[in-house]
Amino acid sequence: MPHIPLPSEHIGIRGAMAFRPETARPLNELVEILLTGPSTLSKGERELIATYVSSRNCTHFCASIHGAIAAAHLGGDETLVKQVKTDFTQANISPKLKALLTIAGRVQQDGKLVTTADVNAARNLGATDLEIHDTVLIAAAFCMYNRYVDGLGTVQPDDEALYRERGRMVARNGYVQTSKEYIGETEKNLTIQRG
Amino acid sequence: MPHINLPEGLPGISAGFAFRPETAKPMRELAHILLHEPNSLLPGERELIATYVSSRNCTTFCALSHGAAATNHLGDSSIVEQVKANFFEAPISPKLKALLVIAGKVQQDGKLVTEADVHAARTQGATDLEIHDTVLIAAAFSMYNRYVDGLATVQPTDPAMYAQMGKHLAENGYTTSSIRQPVGSL
Repeated sequence: MPHIPLPSEHIGIRGAMAFRPETARPLNELVEILLTGPSTLSKGERELIATYVSSRNCTHFCASIHGAIAAAHLGGDETLVKQVKTDFTQANISPKLKALLTIAGRVQQDGKLVTTADVNAARNLGATDLEIHDTVLIAAAFCMYNRYVDGLGTVQPDDEALYRERGRMVARNGYVQTSKEYIGETEKNLTIQRG
Repeated sequence: MPHINLPEGLPGISAGFAFRPETAKPMRELAHILLHEPNSLLPGERELIATYVSSRNCTTFCALSHGAAATNHLGDSSIVEQVKANFFEAPISPKLKALLVIAGKVQQDGKLVTEADVHAARTQGATDLEIHDTVLIAAAFSMYNRYVDGLATVQPTDPAMYAQMGKHLAENGYTTSSIRQPVGSL
């Protein structure tokens, strides 16, 4: 049960965002730019970074939904997503993405753990400064989203089919558009409830 | 030296923001809403939460800049030092102490927050919104801190720079840059 009364019809971060639409807006804008905006990294690759970090933080909701969004971008390849979660070094992804996942894994623990050697390795495999920047920020941002979801004790269902369906929808419509359905509809009511 | 080619002369997060203005915008807005906009928790109290989390993450730039902002709001730097060292002994309200306990758990892992932690805060008068914002401030600084450290931004220790930044942040918030002039000889 959530630590504070969140709208029960919305799971995971959606309940928290419906509770506080003011902060939901920049939170959705940030994830939209990082994961769906113009980039030389594909949407599937960026979602894999988000999934990997969320999986390492053991945040079931984020790992499941971003895993599902990644799979939707990768032609439904859920096996690949699982491989990245269990051992990305053996996964069928580019050496560049593996080097970026190494950086993301360090940031997930502590940003100070990223070494010059990590960055050089990524660069030698073709990573640009912007790709390295965005990898660091995606990993950092998911340390926020994961803590937000877990710290409020939000509801994180186990139903894989649910995530699969929602993942396809978010992959198609993006984050800001999808958020309108749970921010818009509750904003007025919650303002009244909270006084 | 930063890991990527960040704009020169800019310390800490301001270098990351200048490198990527698209992501800087929502990151600034989030900090502005959480720390600066009117709320039942005072700006000084919220800056103390940000300072505490940044200090626990050992991110010098964030701990010193938000500590300076808190000092500006509170008019006393000794409170900031006490909160960093041992907030239980600091001259702050029991409610803020209970919220700092929650923030410290979130800094480690959100799953560590217990019903008892939340109940303790509520018993001291914390509202649902205050508990929400405490969790999100602590979560957000787990991001800002990792961003600043993960790019290996330049993090000066010159108190004068942070004093100027703290004044700007306390007065104007986070939607504009608090860095007045490029920082030389970093």
